[in-house]
Amino acid sequence: MTSVPERAEAVRLPIRGDGDLTAVRHQVRALARELGFGLVQQTKIVTAASELARNTLLHGGGGEVEVVRLEGPSGPGLRVSFTDSGPGIPDVERALQDGFSTANGLGMGLGGAKRLVQEFGIEQAPGGGARVTIASWAVSRPAGFGA
Amino acid sequence: MTDGPPDSGLSSPDALSAFLRRRSEQIAQRWADLPLFQAVFTVTRDEAVEASHAVVASLADVAAGGRLDDLEAAGFLPVRRQLIAMSGSRSRSGLSLAQVDREFGALRDAVLDMLPLDQAGQDERGGDDLRLPLATLFGTLRVVVVETMLQENQEVVLRQRQQLLEMTTPVIKLWDRLVAVPLIGMLDSARSQVVMENLLEAIVEHNATVAILDITGVPTVDSLVAQHLMKTVASARLMGAECVISGIRPAIAQTIVQLGLDLGHVTTRATLADALEWAMDQRGRRDRDPRPLG
Ligand SMILES: Nc1ncnc2c1ncn2[C@@H]1O[C@H](COP(=O)(O)OP(=O)(O)OP(=O)(O)O)[C@@H](O)[C@H]1O
Ligand SMILES: [Mg+2]
Repeated sequence: MTSVPERAEAVRLPIRGDGDLTAVRHQVRALARELGFGLVQQTKIVTAASELARNTLLHGGGGEVEVVRLEGPSGPGLRVSFTDSGPGIPDVERALQDGFSTANGLGMGLGGAKRLVQEFGIEQAPGGGARVTIASWAVSRPAGFGA
Repeated sequence: MTDGPPDSGLSSPDALSAFLRRRSEQIAQRWADLPLFQAVFTVTRDEAVEASHAVVASLADVAAGGRLDDLEAAGFLPVRRQLIAMSGSRSRSGLSLAQVDREFGALRDAVLDMLPLDQAGQDERGGDDLRLPLATLFGTLRVVVVETMLQENQEVVLRQRQQLLEMTTPVIKLWDRLVAVPLIGMLDSARSQVVMENLLEAIVEHNATVAILDITGVPTVDSLVAQHLMKTVASARLMGAECVISGIRPAIAQTIVQLGLDLGHVTTRATLADALEWAMDQRGRRDRDPRPLG
């Protein structure tokens, strides 16, 4: 039911193929725009989502994304979670290192995504795979906040 | 109707709504094992159950609204996107519209099966009373799904037209020995391969020494897109053409830097005009010294 307000608008999309990546980017961009994210903020969260969706597909063997609008004290925000049923990320620190890749990539995706958003977390998904969650707010936090 | 228990006092829609809410967990558990939910929410069964709950709650809300045949019922709104995602996922895996519709029909059967069960232990109105409203409500759900699918299909056609446009990445000869590629749309692996081939062919054909890659129309530059761009630049260089990437909007520039991508070895310009200026200059230099690489 809709007892938790922030979940009422949750959108879930499957990530099974390249075409789904486009859908994820479109969904995140549309919602970011709707929530009043500025162009730079939109571009950042869409790019982060693009990196993580590709990781879900490439390293996690496919999974799902959940896009949720948040209501924060200083305005609306956007949370995006990527869940897969792959091998998970046992060594998070190493995976976050720039240039570390087990797939011949640039190894910039995970660390880069973290830098592009305000909140970032990696956990183990219920099935043992990876769950990577990012969040950003339409209104940037005041300078010095959390620094 | 006349011999229903006098204390129930519920109209059919209300009774149906109450029934759906009361049985939400059992219904969700059953639905989670149907192909419709199972095939879409593959990560954990819990997610299929949760998604099922959302649809049950939505149907209960529609019923509580009193009009079981209301296609525009506000109760459908919270699950609209989820329904689109589900039906879209099923049709992408090869099911026809009719087949997807049938899978939604199966949701009703799973609930109908539970009606006698519910009555056994509960003091409520006769089973036949809920059967009809239930059929009406699920009929409405099916129409809503089919309508959204048709709407989506229309959007898919538009998107495909756009993609087709993207696939035909033209390489334009701007000047003697100067070619340009205006890139539009997402540069995924398949497309960047097309771009690279077209560009290399054009370089040979026009004996080009300078190539402009304009990314004004590329919505997102992530690490994979950047990698493709750099590969394209490197291959062009091997063919004797220097590349310049233009159309890097401020938001993209900031994002690239924060992402940690290093385009240091690639010449970039903000606008196509700037790139053109650089290219003409470069071309002039090449003309004076025709073999700068060797
Ligand atoms: N969902 C995931 N499941 C399992 N391992 C992952 C997942 N996401 C990332 N990793 C691991 O972390 C590494 C670093 O990820 P990152 O996105 O930074 O680089 P990459 O995907 O290899 O290359 P790219 O720069 O193209 O993104 C991956 O190579 C992989 O080993
Ligand atoms: Mg990656």
